[in-house]
Amino acid sequence: MSSEYQSTETLDVKGQSCPMPIVKTKQAIDELEAGDVLEVVATDSGSMSDIRGWADGTDGVELLEQVEGDDIYTHYVKKTE
Amino acid sequence: MSTDNQTTPIEDGEADAESNPEIDTAELQALRERVEEVEESLAEADLGDDQKKMTIVATQGSFDMAYPPLILASTAAAFGWEVVVFHTFWGLDILHEEKSKDLKLSAVGNPNMPVPNAVAALPGMDTMATKMMQKKIDDNGTATIEELIDLSLESGVDLQACQMTIELMDYDEDDFHDGVTTGVGAATALQHMAESDIQLLV
Repeated sequence: MSSEYQSTETLDVKGQSCPMPIVKTKQAIDELEAGDVLEVVATDSGSMSDIRGWADGTDGVELLEQVEGDDIYTHYVKKTE
Repeated sequence: MSTDNQTTPIEDGEADAESNPEIDTAELQALRERVEEVEESLAEADLGDDQKKMTIVATQGSFDMAYPPLILASTAAAFGWEVVVFHTFWGLDILHEEKSKDLKLSAVGNPNMPVPNAVAALPGMDTMATKMMQKKIDDNGTATIEELIDLSLESGVDLQACQMTIELMDYDEDDFHDGVTTGVGAATALQHMAESDIQLLV
């Protein structure tokens, strides 16, 4: 699994299900600075839709990329402000 | 602009106002200030509209019914929404420090249970059904009720306990998790619902 994005921090939410990947992502983003990129590693297949929905509906974040691997879903979220 | 241009006064607003006896400068200044005020309050109103609000009324206190309001509330808080969950009747048990650790699933009356109602009604069946569900929740990595309450409070969700039902159930205000709002009633709930974009009854 590789990405062109240089992530500042990695959040491991493997084994956790809804709503934890979203709630933890939000908490992790709050700790970062503008311009930082958070890598979220999840096993919840629902996180593909949920992270996208959360990023779309939330100010100050931008979903850069989502990578679907073997039961691993990796999301790259940038803090924009 | 030449000074002898008095016959065609529609050139400059300020000069025009000064030379026009119909509009005096002070009045014009007052109008300008008023326009600025209105623009500012409009900008504030626009900002206010961006802030989504959700109010959930939680009336059920069984193990399975405790989840939907808490999951939606904590997720909405992650969106930055302002969230109020008004807990009333059995929903109070979700916020009750002792009772929230021991919420039960009902084995009776749920046709999806793998046992017939006649068997489900036997003593101990609710406890068994609850244990089975708890194990499934652990295996699935689903958060516990305790975790969701803590997360919700941490992220600014206003978990409210209805005062009338606290008294009805003989509970004490100190029986609830720290951070739970007490001393609120139907009028408070309605006020939040009226201001909310989303209102749910669970």
